[in-house]
Amino acid sequence: MPPAFDEMTLSDGSVRSAYSKLAEWLSDAPADLLQYRVKEAELLFRRIGITFAVYGDQQATERLIPFDIIPRIITAAEWATLTKGLVQRVEALNRYISDVYGKREILRAGVVPEDLVFQNEAFRPEMAGKTPPHDLWVHIAGIDIVRVDADTFYVLEDNCRTPSGVSYMLENREVMIRLFPELFSKHRVAPVDRYADELLATLRSLAPRSSSADPNVVLLTPGVYNSAYYEHSFLADKLGIELVEGRDLFVRDDVVYMRTTEGPQRVDVIYRRIDDEFIDPLVFRPDSALGVPGLMSAYHAGNVTLTNAVGTGVADDKAIYSYMPDIIRFYLGEEPILKNVPTFRCREPEALKYVLDNIEKLVVKEVHGSGGYGMLVGPHASKEQIELFRAKLRASPAGFIAQPTLALSTCPTYVDSGVSPRHVDLRPFVLTGSNGVRIVPGGLTRVAMREGSLVVNSSQGGGTKDTWVLDE
Amino acid sequence: MLSRTADNLFWLSRYVERAESLARILETTQRLASLPTAYGGLTNEWESAVATAGCKAEFLAKHEEANQDAVVNYLAFDRENPSSILNCFETARHNARSVRTALTMEMWEAINGAWLELRRMADRRLEGEELTRFLGWVKEIGLRFDGSAHRTMLRNDIYDFSRMGMLLERADNTARILDVKYHLLLPEQGEVGGGLDYYQWSAILRAVSAATSYHWVYRQSLKPWLIADLLLLNDQMPRSLAACYAELVRHLDYLARAYGRQGEAQRIARGSRVKLENADIRDIFQSGLHEFITGFISENSRLGSAIHEQYLS
Repeated sequence: MPPAFDEMTLSDGSVRSAYSKLAEWLSDAPADLLQYRVKEAELLFRRIGITFAVYGDQQATERLIPFDIIPRIITAAEWATLTKGLVQRVEALNRYISDVYGKREILRAGVVPEDLVFQNEAFRPEMAGKTPPHDLWVHIAGIDIVRVDADTFYVLEDNCRTPSGVSYMLENREVMIRLFPELFSKHRVAPVDRYADELLATLRSLAPRSSSADPNVVLLTPGVYNSAYYEHSFLADKLGIELVEGRDLFVRDDVVYMRTTEGPQRVDVIYRRIDDEFIDPLVFRPDSALGVPGLMSAYHAGNVTLTNAVGTGVADDKAIYSYMPDIIRFYLGEEPILKNVPTFRCREPEALKYVLDNIEKLVVKEVHGSGGYGMLVGPHASKEQIELFRAKLRASPAGFIAQPTLALSTCPTYVDSGVSPRHVDLRPFVLTGSNGVRIVPGGLTRVAMREGSLVVNSSQGGGTKDTWVLDE
Repeated sequence: MLSRTADNLFWLSRYVERAESLARILETTQRLASLPTAYGGLTNEWESAVATAGCKAEFLAKHEEANQDAVVNYLAFDRENPSSILNCFETARHNARSVRTALTMEMWEAINGAWLELRRMADRRLEGEELTRFLGWVKEIGLRFDGSAHRTMLRNDIYDFSRMGMLLERADNTARILDVKYHLLLPEQGEVGGGLDYYQWSAILRAVSAATSYHWVYRQSLKPWLIADLLLLNDQMPRSLAACYAELVRHLDYLARAYGRQGEAQRIARGSRVKLENADIRDIFQSGLHEFITGFISENSRLGSAIHEQYLS
């Protein structure tokens, strides 16, 4: 593999201009200063209580996500391109989902194969023929982006269900401002703290038309044991809305209410951080204690907005991903601004053969996998792992896609041995309301803390960085 | 406010208060049990500690004998005892985490810090000086939590529910301490009934941090009916039933005004308060101290149910 593109230092040793002041500061800063700030940052995070739970990890149910103190910098011009591409992509996603549950034009046109929709586990027949308020489906999207060279950003994954991580975007910035005021005075960094206001405005704009002028918005969480609980409570607090659990809500005559100390109070918009399957035991999993019985019938009656809408998962698995460029062309008549990573669909026999023959060079992913689980990184895998995946591929080829191993860009990162390049990705958050699309300049930069590792997921030991969009 | 949030707040402060009470009970018991037999070693102090904590039956189901080791372990560290100090903090912290944003940073840090600290020392047998230090620490957590609430919280319904949980628990604890020792306060005679009673009485006062207050209020030596008067009826004494109810009524009134409606909880609390205000300690002794206290305990728990019914469910 050729050396990865470093976002600060080019292969000839010169520093990219966006990073020049940071590079200067880094080379001037005494080693113990950085070390001291790292300790301070950890203390701050621990005090605030930002932790996340790792599934299957009984020992440490509450852990800190590693935070790297060196920011990742994006120029105004780069951000402008990203923004255009993100708006385009999310609009196409919304049109696609609406179509799939409505007229199904894209299927009749043969652009997307039918079985990818109807045999998709995330397809919700309950939504067929239904239109959510304002015919908007993906209100909060987290689009994962990687960079491979100075000019090329790829979309790696669309997250259209309940994308998380935005609390880190906000908290990382708070901590950085506290720890490095001198760096902020040298850069014009676009602020991110209006995200909460933008999110609230988006959610309010999505209220059903039958609701009052002052809609009641709540955030529905699975509860304290959920890995993202910290984020749920953080957002509810920032938005000034109630953080509810399923048992706090009930449905009467197709209207949703919450139980309060002053009696039942109507709920108009539910920002739910619970998966479709758990949302209403009368319609989906009957054993779910997290949901609200009757919620779907209130939803179908048009008395409550669920955000994101039910059934959006049909647009974000890794098999549909490979059709995204065609989906954009189909609905918008435009060329995609952000590229897709070239993807082999193992469901296609020729692609499967290629993947089996070249598996050492490829990244193989489960179509429905997420969080970095169920994934093979060919160049880093052992012989046994490769054979295991070959067998899996032959058994159910449609369950997998494969991509060339990308040289994800690297960013200087503070590790035990000092400052050293580590691979990063970027998750910006795209908000879509009835009054437009909003993107706060920034996002969550995830960093693979282990040398050479390409897996940035927090569940796999990845860390985060503050993401600076320069406002030139 | 969400009913669940109110419920969590209410129980959060109840559990912190309960942990503190347990620490006080253990502290006084330890002190009494170390006296020479001639001064009070006749009764089984450790058994009465379990009784005061309200879990004698559960304890005896698990242990044959109530000795120091078994009782300290059961009341402080036993995971199977839902009201052990360890579990009180565990539940309190769990509740605090669920309503994290309704708490101030100081309150969260008090409870989260306690929880972290306790995790570090759990499963270690404590005795002697170590135990004393541990009990002091538990009381300090109570103070820190209570003090942060008092100093940093907005005076809104969040505050009301959190205080009400504490007050209800406090009244219950004071009543129980008196109930277990009520026979020591009877019969109504004599100045000091010998060494034994004297130390028992002062232990009761110590258990509710009232030894000094007693002398300030009555300016005389320990007399059983005055001890009862102080703990039941004197509304200047912060752990007395009268003081707890004066404050409970106040918070219920705030809620009624904020929400524009009254209910069973307000009625019950006012009823109990009037009763405490109008009672005379001589009448209480005449008609039966034990009956008065058990009557109060059941009224107090009726108020708990009414608050639950009206606001928390």
